[in-house]
Amino acid sequence: MTHSEIIVLLRSRFGDAIGQWHDMSSDNAYQRQMGSYLDVTEPGVIQKLAFFLRDEKGLEFNNLILLSTLDNSDGSLSVVYHVESTQYQHELTFKVTLPRDNAKVPTVCTVWSHANWHEREAWDMMGIRFEGHPDHRRILLEEDYPGHPLRKDFREPDFYHGMKVPY
Amino acid sequence: MQILQAIYEFFAGLLKPGMLSLLLSILVYAAIPLVFILLYALVAILGEMKISAWLQDRLGPMRTGPKGTLQPIADIMKLLQKEDTTPTAADRTLYQLAPWVIFIGAYAAFAVLPFSAVYIGARINTGVFYILSIGSLTVVSILLAGWGSNNKYSLIGAMRSVAQIISYEIPVALAVLTVVLVAGSMDLQTIANLQGGGIQNWFLFGGPKRIAGFGGSMNIVLTPVMLIAFAIYFVGSLAETNRVPFDVPEAESELVAGYHTEYSGMKFAIFFLAEYASMFAVGSIAATLFLGGWQSPFGYTSATIGIFWFILKGLAFVFVQMWIRWTLPRLRVDQVMNVCWKVLIPFGLVAVVAASVLTVALK
Amino acid sequence: MPEILERRTIIHSTLHTSAPIQEPEMVEPRRLHTEEMVLNVGPQHPSTHGVLRLEVILDGELVVDVIPHIGYLHRCFEKHAEHMTYPQVIPYVDRMDYIAAMSGEHGYVTAVERMMNIEVPEKVEYIRVLFAELQRIASHSIAIGTYGLDAGAFTPFLYLFRDRETILEMFEKTCGARFLYNYMWIGGLSHDLHPDVLPMCREFVKQSRATHKEINNLLTFNHIFMERTAGIGVLDPQVAINGGASGPMLRACGVKWDVRKNDPYSIYDRFDFDVAVGSSEYATLGDSFNRHWVRMQEWEQSLNIIEQILEQYPINDTTDVQSAIPKRIKPDGEIYSRTETPRGELGFYIVGKGDVKPWRVKPRSPAFSNLSLLPLISRGYLIADLIVILGSIDIVLGEIDR
Repeated sequence: MTHSEIIVLLRSRFGDAIGQWHDMSSDNAYQRQMGSYLDVTEPGVIQKLAFFLRDEKGLEFNNLILLSTLDNSDGSLSVVYHVESTQYQHELTFKVTLPRDNAKVPTVCTVWSHANWHEREAWDMMGIRFEGHPDHRRILLEEDYPGHPLRKDFREPDFYHGMKVPY
Repeated sequence: MQILQAIYEFFAGLLKPGMLSLLLSILVYAAIPLVFILLYALVAILGEMKISAWLQDRLGPMRTGPKGTLQPIADIMKLLQKEDTTPTAADRTLYQLAPWVIFIGAYAAFAVLPFSAVYIGARINTGVFYILSIGSLTVVSILLAGWGSNNKYSLIGAMRSVAQIISYEIPVALAVLTVVLVAGSMDLQTIANLQGGGIQNWFLFGGPKRIAGFGGSMNIVLTPVMLIAFAIYFVGSLAETNRVPFDVPEAESELVAGYHTEYSGMKFAIFFLAEYASMFAVGSIAATLFLGGWQSPFGYTSATIGIFWFILKGLAFVFVQMWIRWTLPRLRVDQVMNVCWKVLIPFGLVAVVAASVLTVALK
Repeated sequence: MPEILERRTIIHSTLHTSAPIQEPEMVEPRRLHTEEMVLNVGPQHPSTHGVLRLEVILDGELVVDVIPHIGYLHRCFEKHAEHMTYPQVIPYVDRMDYIAAMSGEHGYVTAVERMMNIEVPEKVEYIRVLFAELQRIASHSIAIGTYGLDAGAFTPFLYLFRDRETILEMFEKTCGARFLYNYMWIGGLSHDLHPDVLPMCREFVKQSRATHKEINNLLTFNHIFMERTAGIGVLDPQVAINGGASGPMLRACGVKWDVRKNDPYSIYDRFDFDVAVGSSEYATLGDSFNRHWVRMQEWEQSLNIIEQILEQYPINDTTDVQSAIPKRIKPDGEIYSRTETPRGELGFYIVGKGDVKPWRVKPRSPAFSNLSLLPLISRGYLIADLIVILGSIDIVLGEIDR
């Protein structure tokens, strides 16, 4: 399916929760690695959307390639989902934007188990809560590390466990 | 016994005949295998390094001494200088005891090895039985080490080792029994004596003609049985000395170093020494039981040349063990048990039954 | 009275103060009290391939559960990347997957070039693919060798290192570095191909084919090795895709998925090669043996690609390898670009805001995704199998922790 067909299908199903389609295919030769993405305006719909994308006949996005996060530096954080279908060889990127001080989004690791560690990393690095995640711990940093370092306003602590941080 | 007599006479002449001289002479006499073990260990350590290097397309140690020949001495010096640690949580007594027990087991086996017609530590008429039982001391010491270290890796290694060694004693005993049945003796020196006169008289090929009966023509019937017994003994001895592919108790990729994970310095060196000593011991027992012991493969031999043949055969076995060590992967612990209970023991029983029926029928 | 007996009486008397002392009951095996044991494998352990820590819950020798703890090698790649210019990120990419640094670089520079629409000279593409494939062989050599080590076979490891040495020599001649190259730049290369490399390469292909055969005899079809690896850690294809497995781990399940074929980048569409997949001929599909077997086949396919490059390479092309390097690297927009490294699909999600520094660089590290499947495929096996399964995944902690 082409992107426009997918978007029409999603809009008919999820209505206003599906936001703008940012199409960037015009100035790039590589069709499949495009920077095009779809805005999802309603964070609460993510899990339903994910199930729909995975299970709907004709879509079958069975592979979550990557779950990444962005700090937009305007008081909002984004979670970016890259999904593809190994059967139909089409892919889709969708992005959900969350308020910085209460960043919460339903987990998709019940849909794609690959999301499990990526969501833990997103919590660890960007401080985004994934509701319903089975193992919501930090993954790379220590449990007691102060703050979430990939946020643009993160300042490293002067002391960590009594050790001076910037040598 | 002649050698002990000579040593006693030397001390008696030096001091005076009596208890003290006897004790001294026994001590010196007992130290002969110890000196042999230490010298052999130097050769074997260097051998292992050089053989593995040769198999792996590299040079091995080249810097210490000419062509790296002094490397084992340097290694031993290093081990001697190392700090001898005991973990705080360890059971000190058991922990300290374990290396000595394993070494005693390996060393005591040398007492009944017939190095030649004149040199055997103690000629007892149950030599084979003695070897099998003293070999079990290894299990005790490995369990001591594993339990005493208070380390999970050590404990798992020890559990594996005990299960493995006790299981493999059965096929080894069956294989040895096959030879004992044919030879009609449990004395290692007698078994070695029987095989004199050349390669055709080795038990591997059915033993001497006068035992096989019908002018030796029945060797053809006995040979396959003995070959099976030999194969079982060899595989079983690899497992008893924890060598690859049966080195699951110390599997370095799983259990770090198994039962001797916590040992350092001299204690580790003693474990190492004991392993090398028992490698030679099982090799030379295989040589005595199946390959004529100190007898030359070409006709009869004198007592002094006998030592040369004995050590050569023992070292050949050590070489094969090393060759296997650097070639094969390791079996898994349940596969090790499968090999023992489902392959070696049934074949061992067949060999024992066949050997007994044949010996009775042919005589 | 001996001490032990004495102690026993005391225990008895404290337990049954009023009742008469009675013989303890026979303990039936199923009433024996057993407990699960937690074994900490790593971060200092011979076969965790770096600084991985596994919290293994054992029932005897049976693995009940595995909890991987990562992050011991976390070096803030993503944070660093935000403070570096685009070319300055390349050395950091090297240090992600340090076993296959060339492949990592290839992925990163491809991503930035796609973002900026840079046409790279043909010669540069040939050199990149040649080096990426050589790097794949070098990386698989380590993977196969250490896998042998995990199974207890020491010798294949050194045979493979001998051959890997030739590859590193070629790299060293060309760019001066043996391990962390900073060789592929955005739009070009740091140095032209050294004239010795092509003849060396021809020799190497012959030598490597011989080694491939030798390793097959010594390791792959060794009966003990097959017994150890076949049927261990079986991964279902659907679970593998859902769990984000890629590279040999996914292909061992029989899924024909290779970014070089399915989503061609660079000039991979010019070469004729097969996507190696696991086969049920020797073992169960998706097990540890097949992961090894896929690597062995990929090694052969890489040699095929290298042979084709040697035929097609434009020897008389005197293009400067730095000619297409842009003066200003300030890409705008975002991209997800992926390449096939020895470990699987290495993707880069890069967001640029028209600045010299990237706004965000998020790598999709294949080893990270593959390792997350470890608990799933190692439950119920023995501890010896756990090590084999871990070895078959072929992790590089530098890439997992970044």
